[in-house]
Amino acid sequence: MEKRVTFKGWILPLILLLPQVIVSAVFFFYPAGQAIYQSLYIPDPFGLSMQWVGLGNFEYLLGDPYYRASFATTAVFSGLVTVVSMGMALYLAVLADRLIKGSGTYRTLLIWPYAVAPAVAGVLWLFMFNTRVGVVSWYLGVLGYDWNHVLNETEAMGLVVVASSWGRISYNFLFFLAGLQAIPKSVIEAAAIDGARFWTRFRTIVFPLLSPTTFFLLVVNIVYAFFETFGVIHTITSGGPQQATTILVYKVFSDGFVGQDLGSSAAQSVILLVVVGILTVVQFKFIERRVHY
Amino acid sequence: MATIKLDNIRKSFGKTDVIHGVSVDIEDGEFIVIVGPSGCGKSTLLRMVAGLETVTGGEVQIDGRRVNEVEPMDRDIAMVFQNYALYPHMSVEQNMAYGLKIAGTPKPEIAERVAEAARMLRLEDYLKRKPRELSGGQRQRVAMGRAIVRKPKVFLFDEPLSNLDAKLRVQMRLEIKELQARLGITALYVTHDQVEAMTLADRMIVMKDGRADQIGVPLEVYSNPRTEFVAGFIGSPATNFLDAARVPGAPSGAARIGVRPEHARLVAAGEGRLQGELGFAEALGAETLIHMKLAGSEAPFTIRQDGALPAPGAGLPCGIDWEPGSEMPFGPDGARLD
Ligand SMILES: Nc1ncnc2c1ncn2[C@@H]1O[C@H](COP(=O)(O)OP(=O)(O)OP(=O)(O)O)[C@@H](O)[C@H]1O
Ligand SMILES: [Mg+2]
Repeated sequence: MEKRVTFKGWILPLILLLPQVIVSAVFFFYPAGQAIYQSLYIPDPFGLSMQWVGLGNFEYLLGDPYYRASFATTAVFSGLVTVVSMGMALYLAVLADRLIKGSGTYRTLLIWPYAVAPAVAGVLWLFMFNTRVGVVSWYLGVLGYDWNHVLNETEAMGLVVVASSWGRISYNFLFFLAGLQAIPKSVIEAAAIDGARFWTRFRTIVFPLLSPTTFFLLVVNIVYAFFETFGVIHTITSGGPQQATTILVYKVFSDGFVGQDLGSSAAQSVILLVVVGILTVVQFKFIERRVHY
Repeated sequence: MATIKLDNIRKSFGKTDVIHGVSVDIEDGEFIVIVGPSGCGKSTLLRMVAGLETVTGGEVQIDGRRVNEVEPMDRDIAMVFQNYALYPHMSVEQNMAYGLKIAGTPKPEIAERVAEAARMLRLEDYLKRKPRELSGGQRQRVAMGRAIVRKPKVFLFDEPLSNLDAKLRVQMRLEIKELQARLGITALYVTHDQVEAMTLADRMIVMKDGRADQIGVPLEVYSNPRTEFVAGFIGSPATNFLDAARVPGAPSGAARIGVRPEHARLVAAGEGRLQGELGFAEALGAETLIHMKLAGSEAPFTIRQDGALPAPGAGLPCGIDWEPGSEMPFGPDGARLD
C-alpha cells in the first residue's frame, strides 16, 4: 500500500509548502545570496559604491594571520565546549540513570538551564566572574587567585567555554538519559553476570550502545559552538582580550559591523556557510545509518 | 559445579513482601525447576541467587559460602534471560567470548572454547553475524552458548524458551536437558509451563504466592501433591476437585476431594460414587478425554480413558467411580490430609 499522501492537483501542495518556502527564502536564501554577492565586492564604508574584486576577499582572508588565528580559536573553543558540555551531561545522565528515588526532581532541575537564553547566561556568568564585583572572582581573590578575564586570555577563553557549555549540558543530558534508558536492563545485567564491573560495562556495552546518540550530539554541539555562542561571547568578552575569544562567527560581526569591512565579512559568512554545510551533510549521512550497530 | 542452599529466603520490595521464606538444598549437578503461576515470585527468587536482587532475609549459599553480599560477577554463575539479552553491537562470537575476555582467559583458549560451544549448539555458520540477523531460536542458542563457554558453577534460566514456537520449544527443551546432563552443571530453571517442569526437572519447586508449596521429584509431586494448589497446577488435564460433602465415603475433616482424570472411570448409571451426564468427548488417539456434567453441580469433571475404549455419546446419564486409595483429600486450608 502507498504510505505517502498523494495529491491530485498542484495547488494544495503548493499552499501547504508555501510557509516553509517563504521562511527559507526570506531568512536563508536571500541573505545567503546577498552574502555570496557581497563577498565578491569591496564596498566603501558609506555604502555608496562597490568595487568588483572577484575572489579577492577570499584570497585576502586566507592569507590573513588574524583570520587563521580565528580558525584556531574556533577549533579550540568548539572542541572545549563540546567536550565539556557532553562530558558533564554524560556524567550526570549516568548518575540520573542509576537514581530511582527523586529522579523526576533531579531531571527537572537539570533541564532548567536550557531555558536560559545564551546572552542571559552570558550576563549571569559575567556577573559571577566580574573582576570587581563578581562573587566567584571575589572568593578566588580570597583564596589568593587574582581572576581577571579582561586581561588574561586563558581565563577569558575558560569563562566563555564554561558559560557556553553550561546551558548546553541540559540539552545533552536529556539525549544521553534517553539513550541510556533505551538500553535494555537485562543486557547490563547479563554483562554484570559475565563478570564486567561498572567501568568495564560502561566502556564495552553502554558507551558503544550510546554511540548513535553521542555522534548526533557531537555534530549538533559543534554547530552550536560555531554559531549560537555569539551572544555569550558578545556579552562576556566581545572577542577579547586581543583576539583571544574571537571565533569565526564573532569575527564576521566585528569585521563587518564594527570594522565596516563588509566585503570581507560577507566572504567570511560564505566560508562559514560551507563549513556548516559540510557538518550538516555529515550529520544526515550518519543519521541514516544510526540505527545499525 | 556446586551445591546451592537457600535458607529461609525472603524478599520485599518496599512494603510488599514477595517471597515469604523459601528453603531448599540443591545438590551438585542437580537440575531444579522452579514452577508456578505468573507473579508468584519465580524470577525474583532466581534473581536473588544471581545477585541481581538484594536478599531481604535469610541466606543464599553457593558451595557452602554465604553469597548474600557477593556481587553477581563474583558468584561464578551464568544466566539465560527470557529476552536473551544478547549484546546487540557484538557478533555471535564476541557475545560468547565476552565473559572469557573479561576473565582474562588466553586468546587461544577463548577461541577453542567458543568454537566448541558453537559446534555443540550448531552455531558455526553464524559466528560473524550480529544478533539482529538471527532467528529467535538461533538467538536462544547464542544465549546458551554465552552461558556454557564460561563453565560456571551454576546455570540460571529465566523462562528461556517462552519466546519460541511450540515445536522449537520441545526441541530446545531436550537440548538444554542434554547439555546440562553432559556438562554436569547445577541448574536452576524458571518456567510457568508445568510440562516443561515435569520433563526437565530432577526436582521441582512448585511456588505459589512467594512460598514453596512443594519440593520434590516430578513424578512424586504429580502422584502425591501436598496441597490442593499443587494438585491443580501440576498435571494436564487438571485434577477434578469435588466438594467433600457431596462425595459418599469421603474421609472426615476433608473439605475437598481431588481425583486425577486418569483415576476415574465410567460406570453404568446409578452405580459408582457420583452421578452425572456425559458431555462431549475429545478423542486424542491414544487417550480420550470425556467431559462430564455432575448432577446438581456446576463444576466440570474430566475422565481420561484409554483411546481404545468406546466413548459413549453425549447426553446419556452415567456413573463415575474411582478407587478410594487414589483420591486426594484436602483440608479447609488446602493441605493434604492423608
Ligand atoms: N522491582 C520490583 N518492584 C516491586 N515489585 C516487584 C518488582 N519485581 C517484581 N515485583 C513483584 O513481585 C512479584 C513476583 O514477581 P516475579 O517477577 O518474581 O514473578 P514471576 O513468578 O517471575 O512471574 P512471571 O511468570 O510473570 O515472570 C510480583 O507480584 C511483582 O509485581
Ligand atoms: Mg518471571
